[in-house]
Amino acid sequence: MSGASVSLRSVGKSFAGRTVLNGVDLDIAAGQFVSIIGPSGAGKSTLLRLVAGLDAPSRGRIELRATGHKADVRLMFQEDRLLPWRTVLGNVLLGVKGRKGDAGRILDAVGLQGRESEFPVGLSGGQRQRVALARALIHEPDLLLLDEPFGALDAITRAAMQLLLEQLLVARPRTVVLVTHDVEEALLLSDRVLLVKDGGIARDLIFDQPRPRHRSDPALATLKEELLDGLLTAERDLAAVA
Amino acid sequence: MTVVADVSRLSKAAGLHQRGLAWRSVVLPWFLPLGLLLVWQFLSATGIVSTAIVPAPSDIWDAARQLAKRGELQHDILVSLRRVAIGFSIGALSGLLFGLAVGLFELLHDLFDRSLQMIRTIPHLALVPLMILWFGIGEEPRLILVAMGSLFPVYINTVGGIRNVDPKLIELGRSYGLGRAELVWSIILPAALQPILVGMRYALGVAWLTLVVGETIASRDGVGYLVQNARELLRIDIIVLAIILYAIAGWLSDLVTRLIERRLLRWHPSYADRVKA
Repeated sequence: MSGASVSLRSVGKSFAGRTVLNGVDLDIAAGQFVSIIGPSGAGKSTLLRLVAGLDAPSRGRIELRATGHKADVRLMFQEDRLLPWRTVLGNVLLGVKGRKGDAGRILDAVGLQGRESEFPVGLSGGQRQRVALARALIHEPDLLLLDEPFGALDAITRAAMQLLLEQLLVARPRTVVLVTHDVEEALLLSDRVLLVKDGGIARDLIFDQPRPRHRSDPALATLKEELLDGLLTAERDLAAVA
Repeated sequence: MTVVADVSRLSKAAGLHQRGLAWRSVVLPWFLPLGLLLVWQFLSATGIVSTAIVPAPSDIWDAARQLAKRGELQHDILVSLRRVAIGFSIGALSGLLFGLAVGLFELLHDLFDRSLQMIRTIPHLALVPLMILWFGIGEEPRLILVAMGSLFPVYINTVGGIRNVDPKLIELGRSYGLGRAELVWSIILPAALQPILVGMRYALGVAWLTLVVGETIASRDGVGYLVQNARELLRIDIIVLAIILYAIAGWLSDLVTRLIERRLLRWHPSYADRVKA
């Protein structure tokens, strides 16, 4: 299986004395698609930023391993973070050395062929996230980190983007960690769902339903109910503390 | 079946609307100045306003033609333009360089910013007597004053622009493996471009203002000298002519900077639509 494996050992993170994550142990196998769900403020994004290396953990150790080379990690943010002064092509080629010929193929793959020379200002929210996805994928990352990338999109665009992501991963498998607040999205896409709560991993669920999955699948629906219940109790707990 | 809207007719209407807009943005701005000119001419011609206080537009036109015939007008305009061009270039370029250095390097910021901010608060026109004592009445004091006037608006906007770059974009650049130089070139400079251009436009205004004062004091040519000379000869028509020349110069330089802005910032939401149209 291609992709990087990830291992976290008693990882903790505090901001100005407030503990966000505490003693997180986690192993992600190469090629696995893991979703992280949890109530807002539970530390999902913090966990992702630690794995991305954008922040350093306060405690513990994080290791990324890819076969034969240093693991290449790309992060896709909730906001597209496109550079408005660069064209679609210019944005996709950000930080690319060599391999510039791949841009056309990637833009084809995300359905933006023919839009290369446009500036982001003229693109819709879904198209902008497609560019952001192409920008992450052109590096052929071993580990793709997605921080609620479709959270700001409308339902139809979101479904289209989920489908696109799944297709792209079938074509070129890699390890993916997706932070989402959408339980259904997590169950549609991932091999494994983590529920983060109180600074730690409260549930770790392997979900090996065959793909492509459907929202109406009874197994998916049952799990969705169960996870939503878990999330609701977590939200209630948080509210009680606050 | 009910037709909700006839699309072909709608789009025709939109085209008309756009042509109407183009007409509006080209012609309408001239409405007020030309109207005022007509009213002014009327008031002077009927004697409601004495031409001894404000000469009629036709008198000013005559004065301009006389001066042009002798070659004085062209010469003075060119001299003033040259002074603004040189002074502004030196000032804006130094402001840009200082701004980039101070904005990009924390060490240089700590070293220079306080001092530059202190110098900035001195009204540069207060230095006129000192400049004349030091440099006499040649070209230097005027050029230095214009340069000083143009430096600080560019400096402040450059530093501000660089320091206000969205940290999320910088984080993006870092996580995509950009080195320091690439980060500056691909993210920081383009993001700071708009405030820098605003500073340049403002600086150009200050440059003209400074030149007016600089040329009024002990000069032998330039539009300011024209005014000075006319005051001694009690030629109000020439004084008003010079004021109009300054207005035209200001408008033209603003136009040029706007065009440059529109070209450089064509990706910007505020400019994108106008470029497409």
